[in-house]
This record gives sequence, structure tokens and C-alpha cells, in this order.
Amino acid sequence: MSPNPEDALSGYLLLGALLFVCGVLCMAMKRNAIGVLMGVELVLNGANINFVAFARYNPTFEVEGQIFALFVIVMAAAEAAVALAIVLNFYNNHMTVDVDTAEELKG
Amino acid sequence: MDLQTILFWIVAIITGFSAIAVVVTQNIVRSAAWLLVTLGGTAGIYFLLGADFVGATQLIIYVGGILVLVVFGVMLTAQGPFISMKVGAAEWAIAMVVGLVLLVVLASCTMQANWPVTQQARMDDPQRSLNSTTLAGAFLGLPQVTPKARMPIPGGNQPLPPARTPVAYLLPFEIVSVHLLVVLIGAAYLARAKRRRGTVV
Repeated sequence: MSPNPEDALSGYLLLGALLFVCGVLCMAMKRNAIGVLMGVELVLNGANINFVAFARYNPTFEVEGQIFALFVIVMAAAEAAVALAIVLNFYNNHMTVDVDTAEELKG
Repeated sequence: MDLQTILFWIVAIITGFSAIAVVVTQNIVRSAAWLLVTLGGTAGIYFLLGADFVGATQLIIYVGGILVLVVFGVMLTAQGPFISMKVGAAEWAIAMVVGLVLLVVLASCTMQANWPVTQQARMDDPQRSLNSTTLAGAFLGLPQVTPKARMPIPGGNQPLPPARTPVAYLLPFEIVSVHLLVVLIGAAYLARAKRRRGTVV
């Protein structure tokens, strides 16, 4: 017996929402700069699950969903490279990765 | 319960549990290890949805590339007090409340919305499912993507999917290519070794 497609889609969307919330909490709570970066990856993964789920269950979106997911993956790779370079630079200059100590631009 | 539903719940529980563990763990090294499980589980979700190419890309780029980068960042900076940075109890309480409220809002919106879904026989048929050739055609705007999407489903009385206009993602593809080049140069410039005055590096 095949499940109702709306129930199957809801399962995927709930998983995407859970990953999104975990990512937002990770970004807000972690004091380590690399932990903040992990939160960004979780948020992007949650969005990607939604894209691919709609590509599967909505016939007008079947090519676009997967293509947008590929674009998001490439963007995530670029963002991770630049953010890690910034974190390493910050660590070289300040000898810490605590984001609370990065307050030189505070007015 | 068919096989796909059971597999989905197994993979979804693994993925969701490890995503929560990424947040809860205080140790940054363990957090990176849980992130590995989460990204792998997401690739499993893509395979379950019939998106083979996206799942393979997720495994190659995320698990093989980004995670190695993150682990190297952890290894280069994890010294003494930075391995586990404690967060206060009050911040934990606030974060839990905010997270639960956000999750409830998102879940209720997801449940109440009326999504236009159809049972798609196309993705269950390996001959006509969306493969990487179709994706490449959509990137280039090739016209054969469009009639394939309008092919009637034999032996079924399901309505035809609406006609698609041919779309090309060639320009975003080129923009992403240039963007990757810029990011490569920028990351190499930011992370370069500092040249000390008077010494040859």
C-alpha cells in the first residue's frame, strides 16, 4: 500500500524544519566560530531537503527543485571556504576562536 | 507501511537525532563528528526522493569537501580551552524556548498549508525518472527536456502535468562558475601565510 503523497511530503518538510531550527540554534548559541559555521551548514541542508522534496512531489517543479539544490550546495562550498579562511585569520591575529571576543567594530 | 516509508523514518530519525546532537554537544570535535552523520543522512534522504545526482553531489561536496575543511579548521584551532566552550544555563533555557516555539510555528504552517502534490508515477519508473542528462539539458536549456515532461503516463488516468516553458539556467551556471573562481582566489588570499619582514618563507 502506497502512502498518501501529502503525508509523505509533510514528513520531508518536517525534517527540513527540524534541521533549520537546529541550525539557527547552533548559530545563536555556539561560542566557537567553527560551531557557528556548522549551524549555517545545517540551515542550508534543511532548505535543500525542502527543495528536493518539492521536486519529487510537485510536477511543475521537478527540474527546478534539483537544480536549485545543486546551486545551494555550490554556494555552501564557497561560503565554507571563505568563512574558514576568515576564522583562521582571526585565530592567527587574536589567538582565540571565541566569537564574543570579536568586538573591535563595536561602536 | 511500504518499504519507502519505513526507510524514510529510519533515515529521518538518524538525521534529526544527529542534528540535535550537533547543537547539544559542547565539544567542538564531537560536534563535527555528528555533523558528518547529519550530512550523510541528508544524502540518504535525497536518494530516497529519487534525486540520485543531487545525493551524489551532496556526498562528494559536503561530506568529502566541506566537512574535511571544517575538520581541518577544528584541528588547527582546537587548543586547550577552545575545544569545549561552556554556555550558561540561562542561555540554554532561552535557546530551548526559542527553538521549540520556532519549530512549532514551522511545523504547524507545514501541516496546515495545502500543497499542490500529485502522486507521480514518473519518478518510480527508472526509465523515465529524472537523470543527470535531464539536469544537464535543463542547465543548457535544451528543448528535449520539455516534451519529456509532458509525456502521457501510459495506462493511467492521471492528469497530464501542465506544459512547461523551456527554461535555461545557463546564466546562473556561468555566474556560479565565476563566483567559485573569485572565492578560490579570495580564500587563498585570506588564508595565506604571513610573510615576515626580512625572512624568506
